[in-house]
Amino acid sequence: MNISTEISDRKMKQRLLKDKIFTNAMIFLAFLSGVPLFLILYQLAIKGYRQLNISFFFEEAPDTMEAMIAVANNEVIPGGIANGIVGTLIIVGLASLIAIPIGIICGTYLAENAEGKFAGLVRFIVDMLQGVPSIVLGVIGYIWIVKPVTNGFSALAGSVALSIMMLPSIVRSTEETLKMIPGTLKEAALSLGVPYHKVILKVILPTGISGILTGVILGISRIAGETAPLMLTALGSTVINTNITEPSSAVPLLVWEFYNDPNLVNMIWSASLFLLLLILGLNLSAKAIARKWKVQY
Amino acid sequence: MNSEKIFKYLLVSSGVLMVLIALGIVATLFVGSIPSFKEFGFGFLFSTEWDPTEGRESYGALPFIIGTLLTSILALIITFPFAFSISLFLGEYFKDGALPSFLRSVVDLLAGIPSVVYGLWGFYALKPLVAELGLNAQGFGIFTSSVILAIMIIPYASSLGAEVISMVPGSLKEAAYSLGATRYEVVRNVIVPNAGSGIFAGYILALGRAIGETMAVTMLIGNSNNMPTGIFDLGNTMASLIANQFGEAEGLKYTALIEIGLILFVITGIVNYIGKLIMKKLSA
Repeated sequence: MNISTEISDRKMKQRLLKDKIFTNAMIFLAFLSGVPLFLILYQLAIKGYRQLNISFFFEEAPDTMEAMIAVANNEVIPGGIANGIVGTLIIVGLASLIAIPIGIICGTYLAENAEGKFAGLVRFIVDMLQGVPSIVLGVIGYIWIVKPVTNGFSALAGSVALSIMMLPSIVRSTEETLKMIPGTLKEAALSLGVPYHKVILKVILPTGISGILTGVILGISRIAGETAPLMLTALGSTVINTNITEPSSAVPLLVWEFYNDPNLVNMIWSASLFLLLLILGLNLSAKAIARKWKVQY
Repeated sequence: MNSEKIFKYLLVSSGVLMVLIALGIVATLFVGSIPSFKEFGFGFLFSTEWDPTEGRESYGALPFIIGTLLTSILALIITFPFAFSISLFLGEYFKDGALPSFLRSVVDLLAGIPSVVYGLWGFYALKPLVAELGLNAQGFGIFTSSVILAIMIIPYASSLGAEVISMVPGSLKEAAYSLGATRYEVVRNVIVPNAGSGIFAGYILALGRAIGETMAVTMLIGNSNNMPTGIFDLGNTMASLIANQFGEAEGLKYTALIEIGLILFVITGIVNYIGKLIMKKLSA
């Protein structure tokens, strides 16, 4: 073997080695990124399961004294997160009531006007709204509702802030879904003499329902865990409150309160575990709908 | 008016409503920050003082602007090798099968974890680790927040990258292979130059996310109103400052915080706009 082939041979080996190192490093780093998910789930489950019992779902959050006494006696902290669960249901429900109809109508508008200057502007604005930091929407909810409308912190203000937050994802998923429906479907209905609005309401929207539903659920899961905007709007409450013009609690707000109160630390894990399972559940069901219930023509 | 017309108006009016919401947000922030702007002018952007003491109240945004940029850019740097690996893994190396779909689900679920839960985990798991390594006395600070932010933005940084990498034409890759290139060389010389701007756009959008993130940062950054002196120092971002102080703020402090909100809004707007612009050029 002469020298030149020996050198090229060594070079070849080097290149192959480099390739191998790169591939393995990539696989390693890719899977390492997923590790935090399991660490978080593990930590919440291990520390939180002790508090998960019936009263956790049906009783209001304990105050500091009750918790302190329970911890001193080495008992499970009494009470639960019922005020947070009810608050989250009300705030998120109201936000959905505001955002879902507007979002679907706007998404339909964008899908029906693919070209057009105004539609382009709306599309751009929806994109920009998607990027607005949640804390800024909290400030907006405070200035729009807390000060002038409800004269104090309120569930309504929280709902308004969160509804702006979930709008873009509903608009975009509606638009994207409706765009994929073949034009022949619409043309067939129109050619039978069905008026335009009935074509949209009875043919186009029902056909795209699964995609729209996926967007709605993803939108809900995006806002259900939001804490920052609620700190400036709904504030929090120690009791169950069904009046939307009064301050209200929410599960993420309770997590924040427990975090700030050393006596209630044991409650953090169960409340977070509940919140996390709720949101991951919503995420997974959105995915399942998207996969199983695909648009059929 | 017949129902046909009403329906069409309804569709258009929803678009008008979007425009009104956006204009309303901008106008509200502008009007809210007028008193602060009158008091401090453009000096607000460059002043490093945040002093709520009555009588000599003085507010400046610079420490928080710097804090925000420092945490989010550092987060982006930390996230890069991970996000790029995921993009390559899903977009080029393993496109179908159980393993990639598992990884895809895990990454999606990472995006679903609430910010406050990330903050908790950072506080109880990451902060002690940072303190143990001796990087900083208590473990709070810009670096700790950046690490948590890096994990939080992995899904956003990697998903667009995976998409553009999977769209690199097969003929280009095959041409390189036929010349004897190894897979690594194909990635370096064909995929990265081809998909580079799309991958970059994904990182810009992820940066926009990191800039606006509030809860996790509030719980970990240490909430100091002084100018940060390094990446292991304590600090505050614009978002964490608002979260901490807006509740009890009145008078000048209240409008100063709204002005901070306006600056945050403008910065995220610009960053997102750049990201979208790159994406638009790509699809054109």
